Amino acid sequence: MDVVGSPILASTLSGAEIVVQALKDQGVQHIFGYPGGAVLPIYDALFAEPAIQHVLVRHEQGAGHMAEGYARATGKVGVALVTSGPGATNIVTPLVDALMDSVPIVVISGQVPTHLIGSDAFQEADTVGITRSATKHNWLVKNVEDLARVIHEAFYVARSGRPGPVLVDIPKDVQFAKAAYVGPKGLRPKTYHPAGSPDPAKIAEAATLMARAQRPVFYTGGGVVNAGPEACQTLRALVRETGFPITSTLMGLGAFPASDPQWLGMLGMHGSWEANHAMHDCDVMICVGARFDDRVTGRLDGFSPGSKKIHIDVDPSSLNKNVLVDVGVVADAGLALEALLNAWRARKPKPALKPWWDQIDAWRAKRSFAYRPSDTVIKPQYAVERLFALTKDKDPYITTEVGQHQMWAAQFFGFDKPNRWMTSGGLGTMGYGLPAAVGVQAAFPDALVIDIAGEASIQMMMQEISTAVQYRLPVKVFILNNEWMGMVRQWQQLLHGERYSHSYSEALPDFVKLAEAYGAVGLRADKPADLDDAIKEMIAVDRPVIFDCRVAKTENCFPMIPSGKAHNEMILGDEETRGAIDEEGKMLV
Amino acid sequence: MPQRTHDPVETRTLAVLVNNEPGVLARVVGLFSARGYNIESLTVAETDKAVGASRITIVTTGQPVILDQIKAQLDRIVSVRRVIDVTLDPAGVQRELALIKVRSTGQDRIEALRVSEIFRAKVIDTTLQSFIFELTGASEKIDAFCELMRPLGLVEVSRTGVLSIHRGPESS
Repeated sequence: MDVVGSPILASTLSGAEIVVQALKDQGVQHIFGYPGGAVLPIYDALFAEPAIQHVLVRHEQGAGHMAEGYARATGKVGVALVTSGPGATNIVTPLVDALMDSVPIVVISGQVPTHLIGSDAFQEADTVGITRSATKHNWLVKNVEDLARVIHEAFYVARSGRPGPVLVDIPKDVQFAKAAYVGPKGLRPKTYHPAGSPDPAKIAEAATLMARAQRPVFYTGGGVVNAGPEACQTLRALVRETGFPITSTLMGLGAFPASDPQWLGMLGMHGSWEANHAMHDCDVMICVGARFDDRVTGRLDGFSPGSKKIHIDVDPSSLNKNVLVDVGVVADAGLALEALLNAWRARKPKPALKPWWDQIDAWRAKRSFAYRPSDTVIKPQYAVERLFALTKDKDPYITTEVGQHQMWAAQFFGFDKPNRWMTSGGLGTMGYGLPAAVGVQAAFPDALVIDIAGEASIQMMMQEISTAVQYRLPVKVFILNNEWMGMVRQWQQLLHGERYSHSYSEALPDFVKLAEAYGAVGLRADKPADLDDAIKEMIAVDRPVIFDCRVAKTENCFPMIPSGKAHNEMILGDEETRGAIDEEGKMLV
Repeated sequence: MPQRTHDPVETRTLAVLVNNEPGVLARVVGLFSARGYNIESLTVAETDKAVGASRITIVTTGQPVILDQIKAQLDRIVSVRRVIDVTLDPAGVQRELALIKVRSTGQDRIEALRVSEIFRAKVIDTTLQSFIFELTGASEKIDAFCELMRPLGLVEVSRTGVLSIHRGPESS
């Protein structure tokens, strides 16, 4: 991000004015927030401020996820503003969500005046204590002289290295106190040194392994998307020049185009047969910006047993955390990929990959995402397929909630560009999708932004449709409504003897009427024959839409690596599920 | 955790140089509790007021891969300046200080005083029934002293935990 020194360097401002000036100097155009007693001075400074658009949310959790969605779609830092006490505690979930998924957000929270801290004052909470393990870093600013510096440092920490959430807690008296403002130039924490360029020796080692590989695979993650569009271009060049197959994590979708023949689809628990088998059988694995999460690896002692592993990550603590690797490269993904591309071009190897691709084609022939079609009920997979087919030429931004619909979206929606896919991967936060979509739409008012949702998840942050209506942000909420918490139901079927304990919603709102009550548009489809027209209508409407797509009620999400199993033990469908998960697997999540 | 369960558990002393700012100890200790790492001993104090630096010395245990993980995790805390593995430093010096109260009379009292001389412990308080010894040295030496004092009337032990520094003229 470009940051420039402020022209009013030497003048004295109130703490609240310092906050607003610092935000402007950081290039902030949108903030998502909710006022309250302890942030009133900052809201006063924002009053009629033309440079910053404030989006008034309905719940602070919504503000946090909006900032996340905004950040993921734009590559900029998302900003949320909340009051003390409940305002701050309500945003803890988005902070952890952003920490798990490495999303750069800055949360500014109000705090009770310094002389009341520790007295159990009204709306007091130990915000820096509560959010210490929920942030990359946080600050309580007790002296107005420190305020401008801390805010600029906060932006630097949030966006650099492995991005993440930060929080700045500002007591109310500090917002009133006056100090000289300092601009952002050169301000960064002295003790924070994120990794940059890769060690050339490690790159040489990696390139040598790659040049000799017979069964290589790229395994890329959200780190490539975070490294920026250029890094994604470099990845594309490297993958094409090497001719290697590529798979990616849920978070990394879009860094490499899904329409490319070298793309194997997503890997992991609900990833494709070919991606997971390629991971298991490969001889060289090149992991870029991913973290060997348990949803990706399956059983660790059965994880890709025969491969040499190269791991590129900007965070040194990611190396050897879950899986021991042979070559660890600590660097920005874009710089490392560029170095790797140059090293590859210098070596000019001609790997003989035909037998490997033949094997991959045999795995592909399994068509592991296939499902039984129906003329009478809408299959959820079919709904996502149709949504993709009818929107793909409109360069849509897709967010999701968490559960089966999220996995079907990842399986059936093809992403050809980065920053088009916003989902809660690490934390798995139901309620993420709608506010994230609002955040994306705030950044790109003319884009088509769709939240692929479930009827259970959507109700966790339903109220944010009111925010969308207020700001005329025409987000589309596409609910795959099966009346069940689908993923919970699926696990109860597979692991708990079909005892469906509290996973069915006996009462659900009429989503069409609910949309209308909020001032949005409600649409419904329950027959496959009506689906296309209804989706087209949804796209055509220039207002927020809630689409109640009634789908088959007990469809399971396959393929699946059962918990506690390895990549090559994945199952394709219902008939294989009996006894697929043993007692040990049951213990896992 | 990486699958290398046959590696032996090792004990390491880590010197963590941090900014002396509010909450920094909570960040370090919180990391250990959140990720399930062990703390055998912990000391912390400001070491340079002028630059606002504190030194946290932590004795921890784990397999080598876990110990590397601990160091990497500590290093990415924004307030941490440096992490030094004192155990791996051949020029590293480690010391601990202990105050040890022993209550005894007669032959046991004489024996306690004799043992304390062997260990070069200082008597810093005495009554007719008790001594308080001050002892500095490696943790193992303090352990050994306490074991010897146990049958001689050991009543209470207070220890600082391990402190460490690098030999030679350079700063760490």
